[in-house]
Amino acid sequence: MPDRSKAPHIKDAIEYAIELKKPEIFSLDNGVKVYNVNAGTEEVVQIEWIFKAGNWFEKSNNIASATNFLIKNGTTKKSAYEINEYVDFYGAYLNRSCYNETAVVTLHCLSRQLESLLPLVQELFVEAIFPEEELHIFRQNMKQKLEVNLKKCDFVAGRKIDEFLFGAKHPYGVYSEMSDYDALDVAALRQYYATYYQQGHCTIFSAGILPANYATLMNENFGNLPFNQLPIETPEHLIAPAEQKKWNIINDPEGVQGAVRIARPFPTRHHPDFPKVQVLNTLFGGFFGSRLMNNIREDKGYTYGIYSFLVNHIHGGAWMISTEAGRDVCGATVQEVYNEMQALREGDIDPEEILLVKNYLIGTLLGDLDGPFHIIARWKNLVLNGLDDSFFYHSVDTIKNITADELKAMANKYLNPEEFYELVVV
Amino acid sequence: MVKFERFMLDNGLKVLVHTDQSTPMAVVNVLYDVGARDEDEQQTGFAHLFEHLMFGGSVNVPDYDDPLQVAGGENNAYTTNDLTNYYCQLPSENLETAFWLESDRMLSLAFSKKSLDVQRKVVCEEFKEHYINKPYGDVWHIMRELAFKQHPYRWMTIGKELSHVENAQLEDVKRFFFKHYTPCNAILVVAGNVSTEQVRALAEKWFGEIPSGEKYNRSLPVEPEQNEERRMTVHRKVPADAIYKTWHMCSRLDDDYYATDLLTDILGGGASSRLYQSLVKEQQLFTGINCYHFGSLDAGLLAIDGQLVKGVDIKKAEDAIEAELDKIRHSIVDERELQKVQNKTESVMAFEDMSVMNRAGSLAFYELLGDGELMNTEFKKYQDVTVQDLKRIANAVLQPSNSNTLWYLAEN
Repeated sequence: MPDRSKAPHIKDAIEYAIELKKPEIFSLDNGVKVYNVNAGTEEVVQIEWIFKAGNWFEKSNNIASATNFLIKNGTTKKSAYEINEYVDFYGAYLNRSCYNETAVVTLHCLSRQLESLLPLVQELFVEAIFPEEELHIFRQNMKQKLEVNLKKCDFVAGRKIDEFLFGAKHPYGVYSEMSDYDALDVAALRQYYATYYQQGHCTIFSAGILPANYATLMNENFGNLPFNQLPIETPEHLIAPAEQKKWNIINDPEGVQGAVRIARPFPTRHHPDFPKVQVLNTLFGGFFGSRLMNNIREDKGYTYGIYSFLVNHIHGGAWMISTEAGRDVCGATVQEVYNEMQALREGDIDPEEILLVKNYLIGTLLGDLDGPFHIIARWKNLVLNGLDDSFFYHSVDTIKNITADELKAMANKYLNPEEFYELVVV
Repeated sequence: MVKFERFMLDNGLKVLVHTDQSTPMAVVNVLYDVGARDEDEQQTGFAHLFEHLMFGGSVNVPDYDDPLQVAGGENNAYTTNDLTNYYCQLPSENLETAFWLESDRMLSLAFSKKSLDVQRKVVCEEFKEHYINKPYGDVWHIMRELAFKQHPYRWMTIGKELSHVENAQLEDVKRFFFKHYTPCNAILVVAGNVSTEQVRALAEKWFGEIPSGEKYNRSLPVEPEQNEERRMTVHRKVPADAIYKTWHMCSRLDDDYYATDLLTDILGGGASSRLYQSLVKEQQLFTGINCYHFGSLDAGLLAIDGQLVKGVDIKKAEDAIEAELDKIRHSIVDERELQKVQNKTESVMAFEDMSVMNRAGSLAFYELLGDGELMNTEFKKYQDVTVQDLKRIANAVLQPSNSNTLWYLAEN
């Protein structure tokens, strides 16, 4: 019979050497770079076409996201239905997503179907037409979706906290109003498409089991497009944070829960404190074993879950705490968050707790680097942020070596309640 | 092709091992053959509440999460109407830590009063977050009660009402544990950078001594055949009207499951599906519409739900759905359309199998269905579906007399 009172011997995860497999990189004839992680156990592939076409570049609200969404809703040769039917017939997924700096088109398919699908993707970048009727449906559906979302406290809280941090005119703080959808017109979408897609700046990330002729296939389909030829002007946007720090918003007088957001501005990945704060954040509220979760969920039962995280934009970020808590305990929840900040500023962190966090971080990193899609996601992040794998290895070293004193210093530098915005939406 | 080996301990615990040496990690997945369908109707939400309590300390180990995290692991769990599944992933050198933790909580829980008190509150907040404080959050509470009169699928895993969870007592917790959380009612899957010999030795060492328990023999009330259309209308504070329709369908183990699954894809599985193209794009009656099923182990439901464009008459919207159903009942589906959804299924399966964690979970699920090997052979059953099968199933299932319709209307 095993002795159950004693934990089995473990290898500390921090003893693992962690390696971020390098991608292969090749360039198409037009200079577009293609990053590839050719690996995996299943005959599947994922390709992302990343354009400098996020809302950073738009002149009025929602142009970037509408252009991105409707890029597959009709070309000179195919209707939206024909495009969707074609993609579905080959068992593929063609998704698009719009972020602040970038807008992305993503293809997932079985490796053997790639050759049939790439010409269609090319067609989207050359011949999308943005039919009036498709915009009409998009506008109608998005407005209704927004109306539903506005009933949700967490949705409202998410919008408002970004506004407080960055300002309502900044790409990171702006949000959609009904009138923004009404104002969309196809001419503006076509113009945006011409500048930021047809003649835009593109980088490609691919992963999975790639066919042997992959480079040739990609060059045939995308190497002769006028990407990366004309300069793209990157506009300046000034961050304009709110003056008032504490906010209470009533969204649903009969709601049984409130959405709590507590956040402060925080620098980008390029700041020397970033890797250290990543570790501190984990300990504070970044995983299930964090202090916030242990106190506010596991001890008090105020919430189903509470997390803190770093909001990572390319030009500036934030440190945020987020939860939904019972309506009558929202105030108590906010107070407990501040109590935990104080404990980290003033108290000593137990070495066992630090080791737990380090091992957890390294262990999940090992798991996260499992498989080609995860590896390419890391690289995409590095490349888009103007970083390379030295950032990754520096982060790993920081996790392995950070001390209690360094963590405490970070807490004293950043976890000061007066620097946080506090928002409760009930 | 997912290869695995299988053995059983003397106490009845089934063990499956899937080796993948391309990863430094190991996954330990424990599936218990108990879900919300096994609850007393006066104590609903119990299987799920219990899942929370499984993290509140076991008989020899005061805390589950900390030692796992120290070993570089992470974990989670979920409860459905049919089953409860726990899984963790950690560096394979530390595999024994997972055996220690999982076996101790199968041996016995700590049954701490504090843990019960706190988790009751946590689950109540979960209930509020997902089902009360959200527009349309109570739909499936209503629909399940409309569609099921006998079978325990008539309540959701979170429970019928908050009070059931609030009133749970420690004695109930103990009874539930010793009835369901036993080796003979569990399936253990270990996957990743592991060997069968190693897993066998660890399984014998840590799980071997746990008393087998009694095999739980499920005898749930069978839902009587529905013979007339059921309808209901509710008014809520939501911005737009919505319509929900369900029909009774076969169980996950039935031969007709595969054709039924493909039928839902043809009707509502994505941007080229029939309902989306006709009702959202062409007629513009709905802002979104879906067709799906619950894949439940007992006979369950096929569903269509859609949110109406504001101003559209709900009767007109429902008639438009019926017109599409009429089409699929009366005309044969095009071969290309069938091939499309078969291709999509093949692709979904390949993507699902990418991560070791998913492979481990799937193996446990298929073993519960009767044989882990189904994971490798099931696609063949999709390929064998014919256009005639689709028509037959459409006629058998999508009949008004077998349907439940909920009009979920905006107040005012």
